[in-house]
Amino acid sequence: MEFTARGLWTLIHGMGFGALYLLACSGALVELTRHYRRDAHAPISRGDDIFLTVYLVAMAALAWATVLTGTYIIYPWYRAVAPLGTASLAAFPQLLLKSNAATAAWHSIGMEWKEHVGWLAPIATTMAAAIQIRYGRQLKNHPQLRAAVVSFVLAAFFAAGIAGFFGAMLDKHAPVEGGSLIRLSQGESQ
Amino acid sequence: MIQTNPGITDSHAILPNGSGAAALLAAGIGCFALALLAIAGDTSPSAKSLLIFYRPTGPLSGVTTVAVFVWLVAWAVLDQRWKKRTVALGRVSAVALALLGLSLLLTFPPIADLF
Repeated sequence: MEFTARGLWTLIHGMGFGALYLLACSGALVELTRHYRRDAHAPISRGDDIFLTVYLVAMAALAWATVLTGTYIIYPWYRAVAPLGTASLAAFPQLLLKSNAATAAWHSIGMEWKEHVGWLAPIATTMAAAIQIRYGRQLKNHPQLRAAVVSFVLAAFFAAGIAGFFGAMLDKHAPVEGGSLIRLSQGESQ
Repeated sequence: MIQTNPGITDSHAILPNGSGAAALLAAGIGCFALALLAIAGDTSPSAKSLLIFYRPTGPLSGVTTVAVFVWLVAWAVLDQRWKKRTVALGRVSAVALALLGLSLLLTFPPIADLF
């Protein structure tokens, strides 16, 4: 059982930061729509308030970690240019996808959309966290503001979902691989 | 759009919505700037070369860095102007959400390629 250093970074980016962010979105949406509604009966305790603040700050950190690792660590490997005379494009995912009409759209639509739309998530989530820090329990007294924050978190969820979907599909058709080999365990061949 | 708010000194009084409105609108502006810069980087060779801040990442480095800068500057300016005021939040959030919706559409390559 082994994987490459670049494969490990794609795991950290997608399955670590990205997937955790997507999972966290649903929790934030539930919390904001249930507890912070003006007509919600149960009062928001100081503990609930701190929980949501920490939760949204952690979500924003995850969103930033996802886009920064994607843009500055993995994307350069994805778009690397093959030297002249390269026989196999396996280490050059963008060129590999574009070399075949059946897979070219994974780059021209998938990666081209993913690389930009994913960046909407940290901006929207940081805004949501900042508003929660500023208003806290008072968000209940600002229903329009709360509704707008929920809409932004929903849009961020959608944007991150698009980025996550295309990330998984791109990795399926042209995985980013290479670098040193990391061996987890040695099995017995049969 | 802006209404002045009577001075609030009690810490338990309702906070004016200006600070939240500033954060919302700035986020919409930042997202929209990102979409516009992405289109500029795709359609104009000179913009593309100007947006290469980090060569291994290409123009994406400039698109995202400039968009984040625009977002933070817009946020700081709007917050400075609105933090002690109550603003017409319905209109501000409608504009912010429209900018966000446009950003989602304009980053979609078949739509971005129309420009």
